[in-house]
Amino acid sequence: MKLTVDQDKCCGAGACVLSAPEVFDQRDEDGIVTLLTSEPAPEQHAAVHEAAAVCPAAAIHVTETD
Amino acid sequence: MTDQAERPYAPPSLHLPLSGDTALDPPAEWEELRARCPVAHATLPSGDTAVYLTRYDDVRALLSDPRFVRPTGRDNAARLAPEGIGGAAVTGSAMVSIPDRGAPHQRWRRRVGRYFTAKRMTALRPGMTRLAEDLVDAMLAGGAPADLRASLGFPFPVYVICDLLGVPAEDRDRFSHWSDSFLSITRYTADEIRTAEQEFVAYMSDHIAAKRAEPADDLLSTLIAESGTAEGGESEDGDGGGLSHDELVATGMGLLVAGHETTANMIGKMVAMLLSDRSRWERLLADPSLVRPAVEESLRFDTNLGFGLRRYLGEDAEIGGHVVPAGSTVVCSMPAANRDERAFDAPDTMDLARTPNPHLTFGAGPHSCLGQALARTELQVVLETLLTRVPTLRLAVPAAELRRTEGLIVGGLREVPVRW
Ligand code: HEM
Ligand code: HEM
Ligand code: SF4
Repeated sequence: MKLTVDQDKCCGAGACVLSAPEVFDQRDEDGIVTLLTSEPAPEQHAAVHEAAAVCPAAAIHVTETD
Repeated sequence: MTDQAERPYAPPSLHLPLSGDTALDPPAEWEELRARCPVAHATLPSGDTAVYLTRYDDVRALLSDPRFVRPTGRDNAARLAPEGIGGAAVTGSAMVSIPDRGAPHQRWRRRVGRYFTAKRMTALRPGMTRLAEDLVDAMLAGGAPADLRASLGFPFPVYVICDLLGVPAEDRDRFSHWSDSFLSITRYTADEIRTAEQEFVAYMSDHIAAKRAEPADDLLSTLIAESGTAEGGESEDGDGGGLSHDELVATGMGLLVAGHETTANMIGKMVAMLLSDRSRWERLLADPSLVRPAVEESLRFDTNLGFGLRRYLGEDAEIGGHVVPAGSTVVCSMPAANRDERAFDAPDTMDLARTPNPHLTFGAGPHSCLGQALARTELQVVLETLLTRVPTLRLAVPAAELRRTEGLIVGGLREVPVRW
């Protein structure tokens, strides 16, 4: 799985961090999303899909690599 | 759109707000509208007309479109409340000077949003849990039956937001009144609303001056410090400058209102929904790991969110295959969208384990709720505390006897009577 985020679209709502805290973080200075990893481990995949689905800004993009 | 032949179905004239047979049920019209007239016309309490959206995809797409924002006094939008009545959140009065669109809005959001990140909310969690435990213990000490709305639903989010903002919780009765008037569609007269707004502005203005003189460790003090010393000065546009005095006042008022009534109502509705079919409560007692998805499902399942989000179309928009002309006001029904069978399996079943749950209760797009990590944390803490402290909790009246609050832009229950 390959993961990208669109920081311009992100509205800093933090739903991704609540879903997958091991994968997503928010910058202290403005609350905008950052990735802790762009290639999450398999056990994180379900949480990452959940985060992408619930992101209110549709700012999270998942590409399946395998 | 005057060709009758294109309209196999004309709904009986639709007057908003709609309501269900009981306080927890969806209005029957939603399913019909989603199926046959997803882009419908409706009459607002003012008598003005608006376009009413009920499908998930349409609501999500419109809310996510950065071209369209909440109507303000400046737009020639359909009015929600009759002329002269209606609080600031309803009329979009210019007094609320938070930048509402484009780059200035994004700058405001990022400046304030950093205080509402998921991480910060997780850090606040232990304090919130102690507060919830104290409130629940006080409710238990008072004996059954109790009104959960008055003893927990309202005080809890008020204490949390007051603490975060650094305003004294002792003043909470005044905030409740100001907040109600801010969100009023028809509950108060124009004079009452004007007086409440003036008092609220004066209070917040004094409060900001006091924080400027004596900063503390809270959100408003930090925002003031970042905004420099210019009393009443303009924010420096473009270079990430701070907030003006008016923006600080509006931000303080806005956060107090936004962080208060919505969550307070949601606590009462969540508990009522979970207890109205006690097998839901028992399922949570058996498996507390369901608290997180159960909170999301309560947010999705609530039919009584309030009026619906409005957007003013400054230009033509294509919605669900129709061109809706510039100058229209659109009302998005999030609860109707949250029950859309095109987006959710078995939408009328409350499934406490539903994941993912991309409900639209916090809106979507650039304006989606800034406080959603806070609201989610508050709801989770309240539910966990009730499950551990009062496992025997049940409704003290049949669910059909619960009554909705009336006349405000956000929906809630008047009382949530419980026993244990
Ligand atoms: C299936 C959904 C719809 C139904 C059942 C419906 C029904 C109606 C009805 C009964 C009227 C009054 C007509 C009259 O004066 O004889 C009307 C007027 C009108 N409709 Fe629709 N309509 C629908 C969708 C739309 C859409 C999608 C648009 C926007 C593109 C639209 C735009 C208009 C306009 C501009 C009027 C003129 C009257 C006014 O300003 O209120 N309608 N419609
Ligand atoms: C269950 C509780 C809550 C619900 C259902 C809720 C719902 C919403 C919705 C639907 C919007 C979008 C408005 C629009 O698009 O026009 C919104 C915006 C907002 N909410 Fe919440 N909210 C809740 C709790 C909170 C809390 C606790 C705060 C914290 C202070 C908060 C702060 C805000 C702010 C500041 C905005 C404006 C964001 C902007 O325009 O950029 N909300 N809320
Ligand atoms: S959920 Fe989406 S909008 Fe919210 S912080 Fe994460 S990426 Fe940004």
